[in-house]
Amino acid sequence: MSTLTAPTARPADAPVPPPAAEPSRSLVGRAREWVADVGVLTFRNLVHVRREPAQLSDATIQPVLFTLLFVYIFGSAMHIAGGGSYKMFAIGGLVTMNLTTASMGTAVGMSSDVATGMMNRFRTLPMSRSAILAGRTISDLLAAALCGTIVLLTGLAIGWRPDHGLVGVVEGMAVALLFAYALSWFTACLGLLVGDPESAQGVGLVILFPLAFLSTCFVPAAGLPTVPRIIAEWNPVSAVAGSCRELFGNPNPAALSDVWPAQHPVLMAVLSSLAILAICVPLASRLLRKATTD
Amino acid sequence: MTERPMIEAAGLHKRYGETKAVDGVSLAVPRGTILGVLGPNGAGKTTTVRMLTTMTAPDAGSVHVAGIDVVADPRAARRRIGVTGQDATLDELLTGRQNLQMIGRLSRLSKAAAAARADQLLDEFDLTYAADRLAKGYSGGMRRRLDLAASLVSRPEVLFLDEPTTGLDPTSRLRMWDVIRALVAEGTTLLLTTQYLDEADELADAISVIDHGRVIAHGTARELKAMVGGEQLELTLSEPSGAAAGALSALVTSDITTSDDGRTLRAAVTPGAGKATAIIRALDEAGIAVDDVQFHHPSLDDVFFALTGAPAEAPTPSDTELTEVA
Repeated sequence: MSTLTAPTARPADAPVPPPAAEPSRSLVGRAREWVADVGVLTFRNLVHVRREPAQLSDATIQPVLFTLLFVYIFGSAMHIAGGGSYKMFAIGGLVTMNLTTASMGTAVGMSSDVATGMMNRFRTLPMSRSAILAGRTISDLLAAALCGTIVLLTGLAIGWRPDHGLVGVVEGMAVALLFAYALSWFTACLGLLVGDPESAQGVGLVILFPLAFLSTCFVPAAGLPTVPRIIAEWNPVSAVAGSCRELFGNPNPAALSDVWPAQHPVLMAVLSSLAILAICVPLASRLLRKATTD
Repeated sequence: MTERPMIEAAGLHKRYGETKAVDGVSLAVPRGTILGVLGPNGAGKTTTVRMLTTMTAPDAGSVHVAGIDVVADPRAARRRIGVTGQDATLDELLTGRQNLQMIGRLSRLSKAAAAARADQLLDEFDLTYAADRLAKGYSGGMRRRLDLAASLVSRPEVLFLDEPTTGLDPTSRLRMWDVIRALVAEGTTLLLTTQYLDEADELADAISVIDHGRVIAHGTARELKAMVGGEQLELTLSEPSGAAAGALSALVTSDITTSDDGRTLRAAVTPGAGKATAIIRALDEAGIAVDDVQFHHPSLDDVFFALTGAPAEAPTPSDTELTEVA
């Protein structure tokens, strides 16, 4: 009736493959196991990005689209205080805005692993639990690097030029990616709290879109009404956008403001990234423990 | 020598807020046997399985699996157990092969060993032809097989299956049963929850019925059915006979009912060795010819209803068990 051969737990006829290795007791051995787990999970998540049209488009098509739309729509009506074209001004902001909204991917990824029961499967394996978060945030960081690079390439294609050359571009991207990585941990917490991908996407949008738009990503703060202006001036997203502009060697009208974050965008961006990490890394680990043990 | 049971739980308690989800469950499953855990929805089955498989920490009580204290050393326990949950836990966006390889790698197999084990399992579970298709395209039966294969990657000695055939078509179900029997024949110890009473009847060496967080009955399927009221005897005579009831009366435990045509007699009996022989002999001595003797066991549905006051959760295929002895 069945064509199945006996699926054996310990087949008598087959050579016994090596059983799962005993746990490493040494610190080095455990670190090596952790790195291996992270590698396996990072690879798995990247396969997902490639196979899920929505995720792939977030990292590839969306940055092209946003860049073209903002530069040509907003740019047509925008005059930058202190001179310079909107195109030159916008790219630093667009890198920042794209990476900020793309960080939602971590919330979606974490919550779908909870919702699909994959987390339960992981839970029954002798793997490192913290590798789940590390693998997820690292694969999202790589996707963010791809996304940011596509913004820059689109910019180059339509005439954006960084005055500080490749080094400046790499430095600016490094600041933006550090911030994106920190936001990933924040949205990982959201994803674990919410527990299903659709809600995670919704909650993420409600938080990240205002965060991205109430900033100097698209317009200088100076022209905004008082309350939005103050928010934009102190928004870490503005500091990241300012850092990119400064490090790329593009016009940065925020430098004319005497607010502290506007004067020290890189310091502000790095400090706020570290602050987010300091809060969200332990929080995400706790939430994951809760999500996987009841 | 009596070996220690491979799964051993004593006095498990778990409460969620005011609700006592599990209120003193004890279980013991000897090596190479199947324990079926039955119970209505919300009885505490899944919570019990979660505590046995390190996914939930018990508030009180102890769990040993393969001799390992699960509460004290969950990681060591995880190396010895395989778990297949109620819902298939597959990565939909990976292929069947990639799923098994990933589980192998995360179970600390080397890359080569994980690949070899994946191929072997795909072959054993008849999935080689679909190995490089994404799991999201798999049918229900294929998913369950891949999910079970994933639980077997690290060759666990103890396997926990939470409703392994729920939602499967009859063919896939029979196939799954074959797989499960083959595993146990190889020495794997298995704990199985199910809502199909015939499945427990078919597969389990012993059955624990859980309700309101407690084990309310334990035994073989036959023992549980006997608890409900013995077996029903149904006799068909060649000719109607007024003497038949008198000849039988010493052997049955209830009044004897006779059908209208006088050929069929029914009564409750206490099951026992040589029962059918004794009945035929008694009738033969009275000069009565017998065409057919059947013992109808009460079904597990009867047991379930009698014990929990609730009908079985799912409609089961006819559960009437007939033992023909004549």
